[in-house]
Amino acid sequence: MSRPSTTQIFLVIAVLATVPLLTASNVVLNFLIVALLIALAGQGWNVLGGYGGQYSFGHAAFFGTGAYLTAILQTRYGVNAWGAFALGIMGGALIGAAIGAVTFRSGLRGSYFALVTLAFAEVLRILASVAPITGAGVGILIPLDLRPQAFQFQSRAPFYWIVLALVAGSLIIVHRIEQSRFGAWLVAVRENEDAASALGVDATRIKVAATAISAAITAAAGGFYAQYFLFIDSGIAFGPWISIEALLAPIVGGIGTAFGPLLGAFVVKALGELAKLATGDAPGLDLVIYGSVLVLIVAFAPHGIVGLLADLRARFGRLRGSLLGRAHG
Amino acid sequence: MLSPTILAPAILNGVLTGAVYALVALGLTLIYGVLHIINFAHGALLTATMFAAFFAHRLLGLDPYLAALVLTPLFFVLGYGLQRFVIGPAAHGDDRNVLLVTLGLAVVIENALLYAFRADTRTLNLGYAFDVVDFGIAFLAVPRVVAFGVALVVALLLWLILSLTDTGKAIRAVAKERLGAELSGIDVAHIFAVTFGLGTACLAVAACLLIPTYYVNPHVGNAFVLVAFTIVVLGGMGSVTGALLGGLFVGVVESLCGLYLGESLGQIGIFVMFILVLLFRPTGLFGARA
Amino acid sequence: MAEPLLRVERAFKRFGGVLAVDSVSLAVEAGRITALIGPNGAGKTTLFSIISGFLPPTEGRVFHRGADVTGMPPHLVARRGIVRTFQIVQPFAGLTVHENIAIGAHLSRRSRTEALAAAAEVASTVGLGDVLGRPAASLTVAGRKRLEVARALAAEPELLLLDEVLAGLNPAEVATMVPIIRGLADSGVTILMIEHVMQAVMRLAEHVFVLAEGRIIAAGAPRVVVDDPRVVEAYLGHGAAARLSAAGGAHV
Repeated sequence: MSRPSTTQIFLVIAVLATVPLLTASNVVLNFLIVALLIALAGQGWNVLGGYGGQYSFGHAAFFGTGAYLTAILQTRYGVNAWGAFALGIMGGALIGAAIGAVTFRSGLRGSYFALVTLAFAEVLRILASVAPITGAGVGILIPLDLRPQAFQFQSRAPFYWIVLALVAGSLIIVHRIEQSRFGAWLVAVRENEDAASALGVDATRIKVAATAISAAITAAAGGFYAQYFLFIDSGIAFGPWISIEALLAPIVGGIGTAFGPLLGAFVVKALGELAKLATGDAPGLDLVIYGSVLVLIVAFAPHGIVGLLADLRARFGRLRGSLLGRAHG
Repeated sequence: MLSPTILAPAILNGVLTGAVYALVALGLTLIYGVLHIINFAHGALLTATMFAAFFAHRLLGLDPYLAALVLTPLFFVLGYGLQRFVIGPAAHGDDRNVLLVTLGLAVVIENALLYAFRADTRTLNLGYAFDVVDFGIAFLAVPRVVAFGVALVVALLLWLILSLTDTGKAIRAVAKERLGAELSGIDVAHIFAVTFGLGTACLAVAACLLIPTYYVNPHVGNAFVLVAFTIVVLGGMGSVTGALLGGLFVGVVESLCGLYLGESLGQIGIFVMFILVLLFRPTGLFGARA
Repeated sequence: MAEPLLRVERAFKRFGGVLAVDSVSLAVEAGRITALIGPNGAGKTTLFSIISGFLPPTEGRVFHRGADVTGMPPHLVARRGIVRTFQIVQPFAGLTVHENIAIGAHLSRRSRTEALAAAAEVASTVGLGDVLGRPAASLTVAGRKRLEVARALAAEPELLLLDEVLAGLNPAEVATMVPIIRGLADSGVTILMIEHVMQAVMRLAEHVFVLAEGRIIAAGAPRVVVDDPRVVEAYLGHGAAARLSAAGGAHV
């Protein structure tokens, strides 16, 4: 699988950073910001699902934790927005570690893990829909305060650069994982847990750590969402939509690769926009498309876009080789 | 609050509901026991069957109990086709892929229904929906008593199919030892599809039994299926008796919880029970394979 | 007498009604190649699983360098220097040969570059040097067996548990592996090997334990054990020893 170098990551981010300098269109910027947000949430999923091989169907649990902590700490406890955001990330990591510890220590894997994560997310969603502290059915509105200190801005460009910076951070994290023993162990556990144990890998510890990292990254996406849209409720924060988009982006883009979530998020969001343009804003249509894309990708391109590109490059290489061969022969 | 006049109807109603839960759980446990996959699309499929039952009455005037005769074979075929031509081939034999494919299907089905019929909650207004039968200690709604009876009959039929017919024996063979069954000449892909079809057919029956007294909207299946998952895990994945007993048990527990704690917390109770069972006793209370 | 490197003391393992391991006691001396032989289903792999921590014994104890390691989780047993291979090979299928072996090397090395370098060296020792970049899933059976050994080797074990690493190999492949195993022992690794390929056992092992129906029925030098009538009966059936000696004492 492609393992980008820090230079390649830097180049991609640098190119993306120029976008607000090239366009002032709010429509374009908004689309890109949401896509990057999904890419961030998806990169979180990718750490546990792609590299770790544990498919979570309830990543909304972490997204929502980040979102609600950011919102609640600000609105009810007067914590500075940036501080609340940071605490949201830490809270996400804690919830991730807790869910991971409880689940993996019981030996749950595979489908059972997917089920349990789904159940956890649903429990949180129901709790958030009735608890007063989360605003129950009404949700939480973060009051308008268009100052950088309050993590709010007059224009979209700063939001764009911030979420881009977060995505860059997640790419660096993934890069470090790829180059470290932790990453090697994580992947070994994914491929064959028993064989990994026989070589000294503490599989449970690795999986719990991966869950915490994964949760922190997705919680960051949740916290950012709260600051950008200034409104969340239980369906937004803990709803199935984000659990699905968080897994769809890396799977479409290339599961277990660094750039997969980024590529996949853009494609998935673009598809959603096209659907809306073609058929109007009917609810449910975008998810129909996402569900179909999921099935199609699994069936025909299980390594996602990155995999398809690698295949193309291999074929092009062979073609080039044979052409050169003929030229010399 | 513990007087028999309050407890008895609660328990009896719990048993009646439990039988229908058991029917939904039966399909799920059958699919798990044979295909060894957790069918994440089960909830969406139940929603689809309930919409079908609803529109069978709205558009064709078919009474749900009669509609069952048409919808059951229809959804058997649909389930067969889904497994044979979509899930099986798409998964390339990888368990993790099956997870994703059934999830994808669930999303497609549920949201297609949302897109087509919007989020409105609908109910049928049938004449007999509110008739009651006097059981002495309690008055019980006729449709729910009928549902209980039919659910038991269907469970019995399923048991007979599995024990006595050739296909049933093939299904049990594949469930026990897939490679061996394959080597003895059983067409495993076909058996997988038949099992999936049977599971979906159970949903069709359950839908027709529920629609007289229950509402339908694009999310209704999820509520039931969560309960079904809990039952399946409680009763033991793949255990038919476990699904039945578990269904009755959960039905009664839910009824009593609803009595003392109210609706929305009742739902959480089931989720929490589900998580706890998964974490501490994944082989189920009735001890079948994990 | 010095404490043996590994000692199993009256181990029992019951699976429901089946007694897979029945009062097994054995000792492995450091620096030697010890073989564990016996008919199929005798409980040899179960014993390996008990020693390496994958299965707790129903009764009995396992001692490593005198310390009780009974029931220790597999990864901790591995970190103590006891590394096992699997009878049914368990490659990290989605990774390359190089990456597979590097996982073993990571047991004692934190740095990725160091682990990869060490892995490359180990690969050439076992003859996998020119397939480093290939996906593990693309290797032949012989290649995968070698990978299994290489991975365990890279973990720099003190005691290497080899589970039928020669099974499924043709005579030429066996002939290549035997010197590799010999070389490992010469470099100081203690080896306990489960093996069915008798020529390899005879050529490599200095001490042999024979397991049949969960019980140790003979132990000693290879030549002695192989002639033991109880061992012959375990493999060839009841009365076989008598028949063979009646037929003139000819044996494999």
